[in-house]
Amino acid sequence: METIFFYLVALVAVFSGFLVIRCQSPVNSALGLVNTFFCLAIFYVMLHAPFMAAIQIMVYAGAIMVLILFVIMLLNLGTEARKSYTHGIVWSSIASLAMMFVALRFVKLGRVTGAEGDITAFAVESVGHVELIGKTMFTEFLLPFEIASILLLVAIVGAVVLAKKEV
Amino acid sequence: MISVYHYMSLSAILFAMGTYGVLTRRNAIVIFMCIELMLNSVNLTFISLSSHLQSMDGQIFVFFVMTVAAAEAAVGLALMIAFYRNRDSIDVDDINLMKL
Repeated sequence: METIFFYLVALVAVFSGFLVIRCQSPVNSALGLVNTFFCLAIFYVMLHAPFMAAIQIMVYAGAIMVLILFVIMLLNLGTEARKSYTHGIVWSSIASLAMMFVALRFVKLGRVTGAEGDITAFAVESVGHVELIGKTMFTEFLLPFEIASILLLVAIVGAVVLAKKEV
Repeated sequence: MISVYHYMSLSAILFAMGTYGVLTRRNAIVIFMCIELMLNSVNLTFISLSSHLQSMDGQIFVFFVMTVAAAEAAVGLALMIAFYRNRDSIDVDDINLMKL
């Protein structure tokens, strides 16, 4: 049952990714990308990471995709019909296919170590995923967390400065 | 039974598709969306390995990847608006001058 579900969602994810890279209109690409994000959120739930699924939907499918769609519609890109919207298909296909085969071969030949940690599925269900993430983030990863806040501040200021007509 | 190898294979396929999109498309916003697709496939690898190794570190890393992606979206789209205002186009073939 779980296997069938996995293959179904994986098929939808790959098909949506195909829409992202092949649709001529950017709006269609954006909708395919939203579909891929939802499929990945389903995988996160299957992998016992419900909080990650929630912020995947809120941050990616909510915030970032709304921003991208807003810019597409602000620049009025949906109506432009260019004859050629791609370039360099042959070499790009060779490069990406070679990369995919190398990656799949590494996955097939490699063996993941079976190190046992203390964040089991049982712990996630009994303690709660958000609490476990919070404990880790505010003890071990406190400095990267603060640096991420500075990064967001810089990004806000940079976006305003770049998008203004004259500073 | 679904193992971690299934998730990593799916992630490799999605990453290769994102690479293809980045290399072939002309529209800068679509290239940006393909980069988001690649970031998401890497996130899937992190979370599947984190779940397999029963550790929390991979999921914290995904959290920071999402932070960087949000910052990148804000700055990148502002750059595209500034570029469109100068050249009336969002085509990467038109981005060939450092200064007008």
